[in-house]
Amino acid sequence: MSPDDILEIASGACLVLGAAFVVIGALGLLRFPDLFARVHAASLIDTLGIGFLALGMGLHAGWSQVSLKLGFIVALVGLTSPVATHALAQAALHAGERPVLRSDRRDEGPLP
Amino acid sequence: MTGVTSESIVLFVNTALLLLMCAAALGVVRLRNLFAVVMLGGVYSFLMASLMVALDAVDVGMTETAVGAGISVVLMLSVLGLTKTREAAPRHRPLVALVVSAVVAVSLLYASGDLPPFGDPAAPAHQHVAPEYLARAPVETGAPNIVTAVLASYRGYDTLGETAVILTGGIGVLVLLLGARRRRGGVRQGGAGESPEGTGAPMLRDTVILRVGAKILLPFILLFALYVQFHGDFGPGGGFQAGVAAATGVVLYALVFGVASAQRVAPVRVVLVMVPLGVLIYAGTGLAGMLAGGNYLDYSVLAHDPVHGQHWGIFAVESGVFVTVSGTMLAIFYAFAGRRQAREEEGAGR
Amino acid sequence: MNVVLAHLNAYVAVFLMVTGLFTVVNRGNLIKKLVGLSIFQTSVYLLYLSPGKIIGGTAPIIADRYEIYSNPLPHVLILTAIVVGVATLALGLALVVRIQEAYGSIEEDDVHRQSAPGEARQGGANGGEAP
Repeated sequence: MSPDDILEIASGACLVLGAAFVVIGALGLLRFPDLFARVHAASLIDTLGIGFLALGMGLHAGWSQVSLKLGFIVALVGLTSPVATHALAQAALHAGERPVLRSDRRDEGPLP
Repeated sequence: MTGVTSESIVLFVNTALLLLMCAAALGVVRLRNLFAVVMLGGVYSFLMASLMVALDAVDVGMTETAVGAGISVVLMLSVLGLTKTREAAPRHRPLVALVVSAVVAVSLLYASGDLPPFGDPAAPAHQHVAPEYLARAPVETGAPNIVTAVLASYRGYDTLGETAVILTGGIGVLVLLLGARRRRGGVRQGGAGESPEGTGAPMLRDTVILRVGAKILLPFILLFALYVQFHGDFGPGGGFQAGVAAATGVVLYALVFGVASAQRVAPVRVVLVMVPLGVLIYAGTGLAGMLAGGNYLDYSVLAHDPVHGQHWGIFAVESGVFVTVSGTMLAIFYAFAGRRQAREEEGAGR
Repeated sequence: MNVVLAHLNAYVAVFLMVTGLFTVVNRGNLIKKLVGLSIFQTSVYLLYLSPGKIIGGTAPIIADRYEIYSNPLPHVLILTAIVVGVATLALGLALVVRIQEAYGSIEEDDVHRQSAPGEARQGGANGGEAP
């Protein structure tokens, strides 16, 4: 197992992990009961999902301009995604959305 | 990385993106909440842009992202702020429309069976002009980006016409939205980002995060726009993408800090001058070619050596395109924002 | 199945085209019509760009490492089409704003009813309040 092979395997594992986190985030987006929980699930995609995907691609590319660009992309997403999430949550609060709390569910019986 | 991908990966990505786009389009038809429809339109455009990159159309993908998923969504949301946000229940039965759509679909599907298979290098489209461009453009124009070379040099006349169309669209919007108000002094100076109810209170209670985020991003957005503009010969880019990116930067500033602050940075008069100025620069470059002894829009005579002449010509016309596109996008945004401002002031009884 | 995959882009472009057409024809809300029109336009871009792709090729930016390039000509044509599309969209939206101010509604039925000859103007009573 040469170092190149190990790098390829690590890169592939990171890509698969990144894709898995994207799927998990999408699943949360569909299944959670209210907007705030859904946005929180979607943030998984922007952080862990893109992070692992970029790491996988960077490992595949080695030290080159490509990995530098990937680093910039991750930094940019890390800056813009929380700002956008904040704006979305603020706008939802302003529009009247309120989070579903456990006290709201108490009368529905035990959680599924 | 060799950059050459295998056929199955291309087909897989292609199919996945196409299916997502179909889902987004169906959502647009079915949903009645107009906010959701507009956002789905933006999602659809973004998926389309990703598909364009997968189809090796990188310049086009960049443009579609900036235009379809950026400016279009902003403009439609600003119009939604002026109208109702829920579509009325459909009153007509969709039978006739469905029949017409089905007939069109069937005939087009039948015809599209004759198109060449996906990705086939022996397709007729790749046999005539394209290999010529690919062979001659780097040598004659010195620009590795063939799309820019064809757009600005070989088909420069078409691009002049397209830039004039953008100018005309901008003039149309300005006439529609500024014409009646001009009696009262032109585009209104907007206040801080005000709520659509017109109370004058800021839309968001806590804007610190947005302000800080926008302030950090803005210099990079503008720098990127300039990079895309000047690097358009060597990588994906050019006047159209750069113009839209620059306008988007100023629009972001206006959304976060208020239209009045944005109009201190990019004054309305300057923007209104930029709109036709770009077309003037473009057409003027063509005239310069004639004055130097060549044909209209012949760049080879602009410098001591044809290749340098092409460089200068492409640089000049792309600058013209940048000025007109950014000016027009910004002028259109100011027109819509000013309309809402005037509406609020009327509603407040001034 | 192979035939479908080989022409999938064209089939989906036709489907999107027809979806956009249906939205424009059947739905009465003007903003929805505009979104449908933009779907129609982007489907045409897809139809144009798909034949330009060559499997094994790369973007048409000349570099020493690559030999096969995708066809640059559709890219040139569609690039300008996109920006022209946004200019016309902006024009359409300006018209929507003016219609809203004149008739108080952006539903096609309401506008027709109010502008039919011989019928008194109902002055924006038909659900024209802003959100």
